[in-house]
Amino acid sequence: MKEVPVIELADVSKIYPLPSGDVVALDHLSVRIDRGEFVAIMGPSGSGKSTLLNQIGGLDVPTSGTLKITGRNIRKMSDEELTSLRLNAIGYIFQKFNLIALLSAYENVEYPYILKQRCNDTTGRVSRLLEDVGIDRRMAEHKPAELSGGQQQRVAIARALVNDPAILLCDEPTGNLDTKTGAQIMEMLKDLHRQGRTVIIVTHDPAVGDQAERIIRIRDGRVEEA
Amino acid sequence: MKNDIILQLSIRSIRLNFLRSLLAAIGIVIGVVAISSMGMMGANMTLSVTEELSAMANVLVVKPGSGSSGGGGMMGGGGAPGMGGSSDEDDYISKSQFEDIERTAGKYGLVYPVYQESETIEVSDREGHATIYGMRDEDMASVLTVEEGALPKTSSSVVIGPTLAENYGLTIGSRITLGDEDKNETVQKVRVVGILEEKGMSMDLNSDSAIIMPEKAYVGRFGGEDEYTQVNVILSDIDDADAATEAIEDQLNRKEEEVAVQDSSRMMDSITSTVSTLTTFVMAIAGISLLVAATSIFNVMMMSVTERVREIGILRSIGTQKSEVLRMFIYEAVILGLVGAGIGAVMSLILGWLVVLVMVGTTKFFFMAESLIYVPMAMLIGVAICIFSGVYPAWRAANLDPIEALRAD
Repeated sequence: MKEVPVIELADVSKIYPLPSGDVVALDHLSVRIDRGEFVAIMGPSGSGKSTLLNQIGGLDVPTSGTLKITGRNIRKMSDEELTSLRLNAIGYIFQKFNLIALLSAYENVEYPYILKQRCNDTTGRVSRLLEDVGIDRRMAEHKPAELSGGQQQRVAIARALVNDPAILLCDEPTGNLDTKTGAQIMEMLKDLHRQGRTVIIVTHDPAVGDQAERIIRIRDGRVEEA
Repeated sequence: MKNDIILQLSIRSIRLNFLRSLLAAIGIVIGVVAISSMGMMGANMTLSVTEELSAMANVLVVKPGSGSSGGGGMMGGGGAPGMGGSSDEDDYISKSQFEDIERTAGKYGLVYPVYQESETIEVSDREGHATIYGMRDEDMASVLTVEEGALPKTSSSVVIGPTLAENYGLTIGSRITLGDEDKNETVQKVRVVGILEEKGMSMDLNSDSAIIMPEKAYVGRFGGEDEYTQVNVILSDIDDADAATEAIEDQLNRKEEEVAVQDSSRMMDSITSTVSTLTTFVMAIAGISLLVAATSIFNVMMMSVTERVREIGILRSIGTQKSEVLRMFIYEAVILGLVGAGIGAVMSLILGWLVVLVMVGTTKFFFMAESLIYVPMAMLIGVAICIFSGVYPAWRAANLDPIEALRAD
């Protein structure tokens, strides 16, 4: 029996109605991503890759078509169900790291764990994940503002992994980092893929895209090459 | 980190913007202090007035009614009008009416009749006016308390109230001239044989500034024997006020309103009710400060939401429910409210005590439940105002579009 894809878009369109006329961000787009794939979504600015990422990340819903994440049609989900999907099935890694300034590095990683488990981490999972990404215990006590960009992105990766998501969504993960740190982060993502995780990277950097198993190129909201 | 991470985020946000949060909380402090102090002042005033008035609240005063004319045909009235000139010559309680009242209300307490006139007096060339009461000897003995001297025994001796004594420098043995020669009134000299104890405000007998003489002496001067100005009933039990009033009215006012019964407890109710109304009014004015505080809290919350749009976007994108974001901001409002109300409560006790001391003159009732109840009440209003002010900003935060919020700088 054929395995259910982690992400399946069939004839998906996203239209933003504006007074000056509708803007078609995704135009009858169909994509399938299977479990364990390492996919790069590439395209020029305004091609619709961020819109696609928002749909796959459950932050937005398509205007038409079918988008299934881990077999569930997100157009039929309530806001509460979509939020639960983001918490349980998706690990987000952002270009600007997006750590919560009020919390320490450790607390940032523990936050989604508490939201899901409704209790503090007593299993040591948060500490292990931080160690795995190269953040030691002392550094973990620091607030995001006290960490370098590379360290923040490592914390963000640990946070994305804490609830063991089916999909790791990375939005220009090296975009705010220097070349050396960017390369380290890419190595880390490749490692995660080798461990069997589904990794999707949105990038306009060919050097990053080339490291993926498969590249989906988008232009004007349509798949140009998959 | 504690289990409720949402609460932790709220607390940390307040800590991060400590000064701004503190200023918002001070608004609540001022509001709570203003409302509770005014409330406590009103309560203390009411309790103080009630205590002062309750001493005179057990009195019924029976006066001629609107349907009465000259004591009615019951006894024929009679008696010459007072030589000093009476303004209500035809309005009096006749002997038979008095006997009816005594028979009806006697079981509820002491019933005694009183004559009353206003007279020009002269003490050592100093002229003035005073109320003159005429009372039966036995009533004087039961009703009046002499501080100095004794009750009058002869027609030329009187007792006087302490205020009159003080105002005219009268002592035992002093002489008072009643009547004004210039107005062709009969002049009579009386001697002070006793000075009464201070009684305070009273409905039945305002003896503090009056001259009280025996019935015979009074009738001898003013005439109108058995034509009483009023009949007083001193109730043994204040709870009998309604029953006694009803009994007197049933007995005397069957055909026409011969008498009017004034219940002093009703006057007390009316005074305490007036004080309560004033208190509510003053508290409402104090409440305006809470409205100002509400605006301040609203402003702080809106700023907090605006400054944390990106954070809200992050929280939402990594799986925080709308209800949890809502809770986070409501918690902030509640914390500000609780801190403000808590400090306000402590300050209310201090400032409220001072306000009561200055405005009421006594803090005897300050720690009574009726007074202290305003502290938790004002705290509750303060916290409620905070929550109310926080609802819209919290709702706005919870309903932000996560994509838009993530784009914010």
